[in-house]
Formats: sequence, structure tokens, C-alpha cells
Amino acid sequence: MSDLHAHSARYVRDSMLPPEAPPTLESGAVKWLRENLFSGWLNSVLTVLGLLVLVYLLKLSLPWFLHGVWKANSLGECREIIAANWGEGAHGACWALIRERWNQFLFGFYPSAEYWRPILALLLLFLALAPVLFDEMSKKLMAAAGVVGLLILWLSAYNGQWLPAVILVIIGAVTALMGSRGKRWPANLMWFALVYPAVAFWLLWGGSIWLPVMVMAGFVVAGLALRFAAPVIGLMPAVAVAVVAAFLWWSFAAGPLTDALTGMTGRSQPFWLRLVESDEFGGFVLAFTIGLSGIAISLPMGIVLALGRQSDMLLVKALCVGFIEFIRGVPLITLLFTASLLLNYFLPPGTNFDIILRVIIMVTLFSAAYIAEVIRGGLAALPRGQYEAADALGLDYWKAQRLIIMPQALKISIPGIVSSFIGLFKDTTLVVFVALLDPLKGITDAVRASIEWKGIYWEPYIFVGAIFFIICFSMSRYSMFLENKLMREHR
Amino acid sequence: MSDPHAVTRKIDRSHMQVSDEVAIQITNMNKWFGAFHVLRDINMTVNRGERIVICGPSGSGKSTLIRCINRLEEHQQGKIVVDGIELTNDLKNIDKVRSEVGMVFQHFNLFPHLTILENCTLAPIWVRKVPKKEADATAMHFLEKVKIPEQALKYPGQLSGGQQQRVAIARSLCMKPRIMLFDEPTSALDPEMIKEVLDTMIELAEEGMTMLCVTHEMGFAQAVANRVIFMDQGQIVEQNEPKEFFNNPQSDRTKLFLSQILGH
Repeated sequence: MSDLHAHSARYVRDSMLPPEAPPTLESGAVKWLRENLFSGWLNSVLTVLGLLVLVYLLKLSLPWFLHGVWKANSLGECREIIAANWGEGAHGACWALIRERWNQFLFGFYPSAEYWRPILALLLLFLALAPVLFDEMSKKLMAAAGVVGLLILWLSAYNGQWLPAVILVIIGAVTALMGSRGKRWPANLMWFALVYPAVAFWLLWGGSIWLPVMVMAGFVVAGLALRFAAPVIGLMPAVAVAVVAAFLWWSFAAGPLTDALTGMTGRSQPFWLRLVESDEFGGFVLAFTIGLSGIAISLPMGIVLALGRQSDMLLVKALCVGFIEFIRGVPLITLLFTASLLLNYFLPPGTNFDIILRVIIMVTLFSAAYIAEVIRGGLAALPRGQYEAADALGLDYWKAQRLIIMPQALKISIPGIVSSFIGLFKDTTLVVFVALLDPLKGITDAVRASIEWKGIYWEPYIFVGAIFFIICFSMSRYSMFLENKLMREHR
Repeated sequence: MSDPHAVTRKIDRSHMQVSDEVAIQITNMNKWFGAFHVLRDINMTVNRGERIVICGPSGSGKSTLIRCINRLEEHQQGKIVVDGIELTNDLKNIDKVRSEVGMVFQHFNLFPHLTILENCTLAPIWVRKVPKKEADATAMHFLEKVKIPEQALKYPGQLSGGQQQRVAIARSLCMKPRIMLFDEPTSALDPEMIKEVLDTMIELAEEGMTMLCVTHEMGFAQAVANRVIFMDQGQIVEQNEPKEFFNNPQSDRTKLFLSQILGH
């Protein structure tokens, strides 16, 4: 009653109201249309206009796509076929270029007999990424792993190479061994994520297997040094000892050992793969090599920089701030030019410092600076109480960071981090400026320089753009999956 | 007096014994925030088994005082010795003190990305190096003690304020601390939930825990404290047994404060 208070100030409710269902609203497509497309005369006009523009664009482009020709040997032949089928003056896409030159877009000038190696590296990448990206085993994941395994076996059979199958068997055996020793998913496959960089390096560039093995052994040396030194001299000095030990290993032991072992095994399989030079790399093999290395190294580096920027230690802080601001203040192309030209002046004459490696370093530094700032945003969003609670429980700085602060800060920063990754991956096309054959311009220009395909314009860019889109869109979807998952879990 | 949370239950005093052993010794301690002198010449001795309530108007430095005891705040002059360990810039000593001194915050400060159980086992596993199974068992023991074992696998965001604060108490207890600090543990709670947290704190006092509580719950102070300390403007103005403190306050500042918080 609305006039309750008008009659008396006393009121006692004698029965509580039961909850009721909300009033039924009009629903369905009509409601959706009215709310979203025709909510007023202005919106109705805009909707109609939008539809007209859409129809116009489709009318322009659809015939071009539909008239596409897949089987031809040159642009001229394409045009003849289109003219014959659809009449003089008809437009049409000449996808025949993709059919004939797809291998160059994907592999650059990588020797075609060795195509199975980058393909194997990519397939193994999925196995290496699975334990990093997904912490719960699911049926979907099992199925995906099965498909990857079958593809690797097919690769073996199709190319008459037994190496892919051997690698697959080794992965399976070690994982099973890990499993039998009590390691569950994802810990049982994590070892492969750690050795993957060496495997991929060997597959892509080839040469003696002992080089990547000896480089990896440097990390083992560092780990052993840390393990035995830490109880004696404390953690921080032990880290320094480990770093020094690894550098000594790489400087003095790794080279001679590699030479000695290579001398013993020679060029016999499975210890030797045909060498592929960096200037034979191109297309998406190059984009993936640079992009994925950059992504994998720039995230931990960004975390360290973000922490350094918040450090109480003046020197550490100044170095990190200086680095971040310098890198962010300079265009990436400047850094790439530095990598390709300037570094040679500083390095001792005669050193052959691989151009792809130099570019990877620069792209990584560039991306790390941005990621550091994204993570700093996440750190700033955490309430002070989280730091205080971690301190009050007696956790030291690194444990507090690892267990309390970073998991929360990284979760907040996921969208920004993935944006940086997507940006980095697309920026790999800029390596065209240091004479590497990126898929977008480097390869396309090379293809268009040939007599047969002179004058072709849209098709290669659409093809390359589509592949970039698929990869970047997948990254974006994964970030949304992760955000939703963490959101669900922590509520 | 009209205290809504007056303690009506019977208190078991059989284990509440104050020993001669010194737990915390603070001598001539001064602290500044920039130019602001927050703590002025604090001298204080806490014996093992004492239950001390610190009260005072806001800004009087009472929170800062107990945060100095586990070095969430750094003091600039004087000496603080906790469990025989002097607090200096030595990080090892600080971490040792912190693992012996539990702290409960006004805003709980549970870790939102971990379950209740993980919140409780994290520090024992990583600081005390307790095996996970043992840590789980200890955590469940203390969660039962604060009466929420059934929430162990939920996340903090799914619990009410009172439940979260009880988890925070259990989390501290899992480290088996010798001293517990409470920084306004009920100030952020709805009135209905204050009682459940106070009950937990009373049980802890009954077991003989050394406790320092910054709180305005005077019913709690009267029921379990053996000493009440009143602070104003960064100084200890008055301290006494609860009965004397409430019935016969000496300083005018204390009288005014008591009339304001108890007079409504």
C-alpha cells in the first residue's frame, strides 16, 4: 500500500513475499532487430545505408572472387581463361599464382627437399606449447595431440625420412617415463617445451646435432652450479656463479666439444642434417622463426624489466627505465638497421653473427620493452594488501613475486600482452628492410619479378594477409579463452 | 554501556597465563612518515601469553605501531626485539620474525587466485618447507577450528567477509606463530559478521596465544584482554587492566575517547 505512512507510522509485515519470475518480455528476432537495427529513424536510415554499401562492395568484389582461376601457368593465361569463360572485360582472381608459388610464400628459398624440417618443427611446436598453454588435460587436447602425432608419422612416411618418427617416439617414451615417475600433465611434457628451442634450431638450420646439444648443456651446467652452490653460498651469489659457469661453458667448452663430437660422428644420420643458410630462409618460415622466438624470450624479459622498474635499487631501476624508454622511443626499423649494419662495425672483424639471430635479438628487445610496461600496469592494479600479506607470511621477494604477485598481475595484463605478441608477429614483415624475404613484401616482390606473374597485385597480398589473420586471430581467441577460464576459476 | 558485541559467553581462563618470558620489547622507538612524527618514543614490553588491546582515535599511530612489529613499517629510531631477534635491515632476520608472527588485516588480504586451502598451505610449504600432505592436514585442522572446513576448495571471492576474515586467521595460524597481530580485524565487516570473527579471536586467547589487537571492540577488550593501551598523537597515553581502564580512566584524553565510543 502506498499510503501506508499516511494512516499510521506503525506497520508490521505478517507474511513475506515469495519471489516471482520476471515479467515476460517480448523476445525473438523481431525484438533483436528493433533494438539493435531499427531503434529510431536515424538508426533505421543508417541500417539501410549500411546494407546498401555492403551490397555494393559485394557486387564489386564477389565476381572477382567467383571468377577465380586456379589452373594456369601465368597471369596472361589466367586472363585468357577468364575472358573465355566470363566474357571480354570480366575481372577475376588469379589464384593460380598461389597454387604454383605457395611453397615460396611458406618456405622462401628453403631447399625443397628439406621442406619436411620446418613442417616438423611447426608440428613439434604444438606439442611443446600444449603443456605451457593448457594446464588441464582434456579430450579435445588429446585428440589434437593425436592428430599432430599422425601428421608427424605421415611426414615420416611421405618424405621417406625416419627422423620425425624417431623424435615422436622419443617424446612419447620420455613422457611416459615422466608419467611413471609421478609427473602428471602438464609436468610430464614440460621437459619438451624446454628442449624445443634446441630441436627447432637444429631442424631449421641443420648441421651437427652437437651444437644445439652443447648449447643446451650450458643450461644444465648452470643448473648444476646453482644446485650445488646455493646451499653453500646462498641463492644470489649462486645465481652469479651459475651464470658465469654457463658463459665459461659456452665460451671454452662448447666449441671444442662440438667439433670433437662432430668429428667422431661425421655427417652420418642422425647426427647431421644438411646445412641451410639464413639467406635461404623466407616467407612464413622466417616470420615464424623470428616471431615465435621473440614471443618466447620477450615475455620473461618483460617480466624482469617490469620488476626492475619497480625496484628499490637505484641502479637496477635506472637501467630498466633507461632501456624501456630508449627502446620505446625508437622505431623498430631503426633497431633492425642497427642489427643489420651497425652491429658489424662493433663486432670484431671476421665474426659471422647470423643476420636472423641479430634480427631476433632486436625484435625481442623491442617487444620486451612494451610487455614490461603492460605488466607494470598489471602490477599497479594490485592492491598493496597483497604485497603486505605475502610479506607478513614471511615469503621472500622472489617467492612473493612468483606465487602471489605475478600470477595476479599477469592475469590482469593478458589482453595487453597478447596485443604485444600480435604486434610483434606482424612486425616481422618489417625485416624486408634489412633484405630478408618476409612473406608480405619480400616474397611477393620476388614472385612478381618473374615474367609469368608480372602485374599481379591483389592475390598474393590477400593470401599472405589471410594467413596472418588466422594466426593473429587464434592468438586473440586463446587470450579470451584464458581470461574466461581464470575469471571463472577465481570467482 | 550499549555495546552491540558485548561478550556474553563464559570465558575459559585456565590457559590464559602470562609468563615472565619477554615476547616483544620496544624501547625508545620513533617513526616518521616524511616530516610527520607518527610514533613518538614508544616503550613497551609484551610478555608471552599477554592479550593486549590497543585503541585510540584514528591517526593515533596504533596500526603503524603493530605494523612495525613485523616490519611492514620501518622504524627510524630505537629498538624493537621480537622473540629475541632485533629488527634491523637484515632481511633474513625480518623473514624469520615474520614467519613467527602472524598478522590479520582489516581487509583480509586473502590471495584471490588461490583456493582457501591453498591460501592456508602456501606459506607453510614455501617458507617452512612442510610437505604438502602435512600442510594440507594442518590447514584443514585450522579451517575446522575457525568453522569453515567445507569452504576449503572455494575461492576467497565466493566467501562472505566474516568467513574471509576467519580464513585469514586460519592462514596465519597454519604458520604456527608464537605471536598474533590483529589490525582492526572487524572494522571492514558487516555488524552480523563481527561476532563470528570475535568468537574465533576469543578462542585463540583462551588457548594462551600472545595477541596484540588494534580494535574498537571494547566488549572483546573487557572479556579477554589483560591490558588495554590507549594511544593518541603517536604516543602511549594510558595503559591499564581493562577493568580499571574502563571504570577509572586517568587521563582526560582517555575519558573523552571512552565517552565518545561507549556513550552512544
